Amino acid sequence: MTDIATYNFAYLDEQTKRMIRRAILKGIAIPGYQVPFASREMPMPYGWGTGGVQVTASIIGPDDVLKVIDQGADDTTNAVSIRAFFKKVANVAVTTDTATATIIQTRHRIPEHPLTAGQVLVYQVPIPEPLRFLEPRETETRKMHALEEYGLMHVKLYEDIAKHGRIATTYAYPVKVEGRYVMDPSPTPKFDNPKMHRSPALQLFGAGREKRIYAVPPFTDVVSLDFEDHPFEVQTFDQPCALCAAENVYLDEVILDDHGGHMFVCSDTDHCEKRRADGHRGHLAPETTEPAQ
Amino acid sequence: MTDEPLLRVSALSKFYGSRVGCDNVSFDLWPGEVLAVVGESGSGKTTLLNCLSTRLLPSSGTASYRMRDGQFRELYRMSEAERRFLMRTDWGFVHQNPADGLRMTVSAGANVGERLMAVGDRHYGKIRATAVDWLSRVEIEEDRIDDEPRAFSGGMRQRLQIARNLVTGPRLVFMDEPTGGLDVSVQARLLDLLRGLVTDLGLAAIVVTHDLAVARLLSQRMMVMKDGRVVESGLTDRVLDDPRAPYTQLLVSSILQV
Repeated sequence: MTDIATYNFAYLDEQTKRMIRRAILKGIAIPGYQVPFASREMPMPYGWGTGGVQVTASIIGPDDVLKVIDQGADDTTNAVSIRAFFKKVANVAVTTDTATATIIQTRHRIPEHPLTAGQVLVYQVPIPEPLRFLEPRETETRKMHALEEYGLMHVKLYEDIAKHGRIATTYAYPVKVEGRYVMDPSPTPKFDNPKMHRSPALQLFGAGREKRIYAVPPFTDVVSLDFEDHPFEVQTFDQPCALCAAENVYLDEVILDDHGGHMFVCSDTDHCEKRRADGHRGHLAPETTEPAQ
Repeated sequence: MTDEPLLRVSALSKFYGSRVGCDNVSFDLWPGEVLAVVGESGSGKTTLLNCLSTRLLPSSGTASYRMRDGQFRELYRMSEAERRFLMRTDWGFVHQNPADGLRMTVSAGANVGERLMAVGDRHYGKIRATAVDWLSRVEIEEDRIDDEPRAFSGGMRQRLQIARNLVTGPRLVFMDEPTGGLDVSVQARLLDLLRGLVTDLGLAAIVVTHDLAVARLLSQRMMVMKDGRVVESGLTDRVLDDPRAPYTQLLVSSILQV
């Protein structure tokens, strides 16, 4: 049974991991700054988390406990595959429990359960450059970051208000890190932006196709950009989770039939399951759990 | 008016390899003065303008600009951050093709507001009010404020570009063929507008044009360039009515009489 012997520990070779760790250290030293790195080909397509997987592979050790979520869920294809990948190539323990995980790789959500010091949150990032759709030239955007010229970012927010009467950006909402760099928090809903602010956990961001790594060290200021007369606000939901009755969490809309039936449930599956196990019941939760066969 | 110039240029040269862009150009520009640079295409007008606006670095020579605090600063020794700050606050640059100077994919209001946001304005209501004010000053109706410049005619785009440049109250504006490519009636209105704005705001401007009529209307002083060198300079009326250099005589006599 030597499946693992055919791979180096955690798939990447040691030189590559060393290179990526250097990029991570630089990213931590300059919060919010996008560090270029020599992204490798991974055994998955771009857009499936190649950046996040490389970051995780470079920081994971045999004692780590890994959790992988995709839009908050532990049981979607992407999450299951990446978890299985590291189970195979690094032989690490995996979990779906937010509190016991030491490394959480995430696609587009921050878990509802508060993170603690010592945990690492690894984001999969498709487009790391917050100014990209406003200024297509990379040479120019790098110069704008270097000179702290961020007027353009507010132009985008201005356009939102002019068109929709409010800031309509709901995900990938730009933030300013430690009063210096404007950063794309990856396409997390802006609901999660306040959780990044002074988080005790280390947050690492990997963009494989775009070959950039950036980081937010623990207890770092992360402030969402806004206008004085149009302050930043998060989404609110007018009903609780249909399964666990949780309030003040991020909800997904689930279509139930083709007659317009739908329900809103927690996007964080681990959080929802824990609450149901604790006896919380939403209005669409099954009355009694079926006895095990 | 002060007795010190706004911009001092001395022996400015720009070579592209062995080719001459502009050679040994010197002049002073006073506050509120409009200087026209004329000459045929390839005479180095635009090279000179790009050097002055620090979009190009000259091969030799100096240019110093009197900052708002009254101190002269050597343009080519400033850090890039300072130069870019100057360009979006105290200076304006009006391109010949408005698409180069505008953001074509954001609304007119955001185009005007961008400079305000770049210098730290963070109040949407105030930014919008300023944008409305400036659009009306350049004769664009208020209800076009949320339209993209793509939906504007050439003349409107050029006026929008001017509004975008003037919103931070610059003291010096560079213009590269501001009326190029516009039909004559639109040109006339644009010139009228520019003349009004320049006098109202006391702007200094350097206008590059090959159109002598534009130069006569807008400028008080004029430099005629040929092959990268200044062949004649002086008051606009004097140069146009009594051209001395043979090339200027040729230029003036080449104007089509209708």
